[in-house]
Amino acid sequence: MKLKEKIIEALLFLCASITILTTIGIIIILLYESISFFKNVSIFEFFTDTQWTPLFSEQHFGILSLVSGTFLTSAIAIAVALPIGLTIAIYLNMYAPKGLRKSLKPLLEILAAIPTVVYGFFALTIVTPFLQTIYPDLETFNSLSAGLVMGIMIIPFISSLSEDALYAVPKSLKEAAFGMGSTRFQTSIKVMVPAASSGIIVSVILAISRAIGETMIVAIAAGQQAQLSLNPTIPTQTITSYIVQVSMGDAPQGSIEYKTIFAAGLTLFLFTFSLNTFSFWIKKKYQEKYE
Amino acid sequence: MNNLKKNKIIDSSFKTLGIFFTLLGVVILIILLYNIIKVGYSRVNWEFLTSLPSRKPENAGIYTAIIGTLDLMLLTIIFAIPVGVGAGLYLEEYAHKSRLSRLLEINIANLAGVPSIIYGLLGLGIFVRFFGFGGSILAGALTMSLLILPIIIVATREAIKAVPSSLKEASFALGASKWQTLSKVVLPSSFGGILTGIILSLSRAIGETAPLIVVGAMAYVPFVPHSIFDTFSVLPMQIFTWTTRPQAGFAIAAAGAIIILLVITFVMNGIAVYFRNKWQSKLQ
Repeated sequence: MKLKEKIIEALLFLCASITILTTIGIIIILLYESISFFKNVSIFEFFTDTQWTPLFSEQHFGILSLVSGTFLTSAIAIAVALPIGLTIAIYLNMYAPKGLRKSLKPLLEILAAIPTVVYGFFALTIVTPFLQTIYPDLETFNSLSAGLVMGIMIIPFISSLSEDALYAVPKSLKEAAFGMGSTRFQTSIKVMVPAASSGIIVSVILAISRAIGETMIVAIAAGQQAQLSLNPTIPTQTITSYIVQVSMGDAPQGSIEYKTIFAAGLTLFLFTFSLNTFSFWIKKKYQEKYE
Repeated sequence: MNNLKKNKIIDSSFKTLGIFFTLLGVVILIILLYNIIKVGYSRVNWEFLTSLPSRKPENAGIYTAIIGTLDLMLLTIIFAIPVGVGAGLYLEEYAHKSRLSRLLEINIANLAGVPSIIYGLLGLGIFVRFFGFGGSILAGALTMSLLILPIIIVATREAIKAVPSSLKEASFALGASKWQTLSKVVLPSSFGGILTGIILSLSRAIGETAPLIVVGAMAYVPFVPHSIFDTFSVLPMQIFTWTTRPQAGFAIAAAGAIIILLVITFVMNGIAVYFRNKWQSKLQ
């Protein structure tokens, strides 16, 4: 009996340890192929070259071009999602009737449940043609449309998580502000948002991390030309959409093209890992504050 | 008095802005659905579901993609559920407040934030190349399992946490062992919550494209896979390849396939919400 209990505990521990193995696996795979990549390409070139053309006959390996594409599309997405998401969070928490809040939150969360390939289709076939009627010089593939649609996708991340953070603020703070004669807007901006700031920051960081790692929308709607530019009306390429481009072709294993996707992947992983660690740190600090 | 008026105006205009943005989210959702249905509904019929993909858009169907999605999900369920629920059980019921359990916890939180395409690279390195599974359904399902594992673990832990401790204590008082208590009391009463998490994680997996592209899902599979070592396509992969084709006919086919994918996603989310509500009211 005792033995059986021990075996079961060991088995369950094994299940849990698979998650550790996953992380180790990710790090080893990314490092292994990247090290082999950096034997052919100097790290200096990787960070300073302004062109990224591993699939052309004249190869350049400047990751900055992909980073600028990633940064641009993510920045557009956050520029859409942050003001809209935060306003929705404040509205739902401070203004909306309780019943409405309960039904609107899941309704908005549908936006996050839609597969990203669907958003890609939406961006390319509906949003871009619409934007072209306003600004005819907009190219068929562009970061503006991809970024806007990505922003719509991550609205619920910010609105729901920020609303959770606002909801967790002790009621007494809100009541004290009302008692002093503040309007709901004053209470929101001067009391609630500052009190929930760590939770709101965490939601924004998660949204940024999500935008940086988003793949299908940019792969479909932003094009496949890596360029070091912050012009949102021309095609661009992100780290993720480059990995897709190489995977759709057939780069033989061991070739430099094959290795580039791991070097690009490692760069992406470092970005999101730092963001996640930062948000984890904030969350921890926040928990200590309230306990 | 003037100040008060000003503040009231600011307050009500912010309220209007809040309503506007909230409605904007809903309206965009409606625009998205309306446009996709408008473009694609003409393709959604029995023939579309049962035809093989084709070079001619008007003949192209999603049969192999649907079978590929079903196969992939079946395998993913087999791999991910026992491991995910087991890991959740361990973390919630066995792990003591040690450095190891803290490490496990931080690690899972981090894994949940790793972009899906990185899981694709992991799958490519380990399952496709190292184990030599190639771009097979097996490699895809193993990759997908690792991707949804954190979701299942977190959902399992939440569900177990929600089980009243009185139930557990009663079981222990009757002389039940730890595993007896877990398998006969804790798991059954947290079943609804775990099931909700599993369905949500699968609905996420069904829509995932990026990791499967990296692992080697095919853009064009003219046959139904016969074994888990065969190459495969899935519904989102089919949508992606059709979307990137220049012919207008393929955009219509893509919209048709999107309708099917969305119906599957929404139905799964609906079922998950139903189970969660049922379970939550049962617990209380």
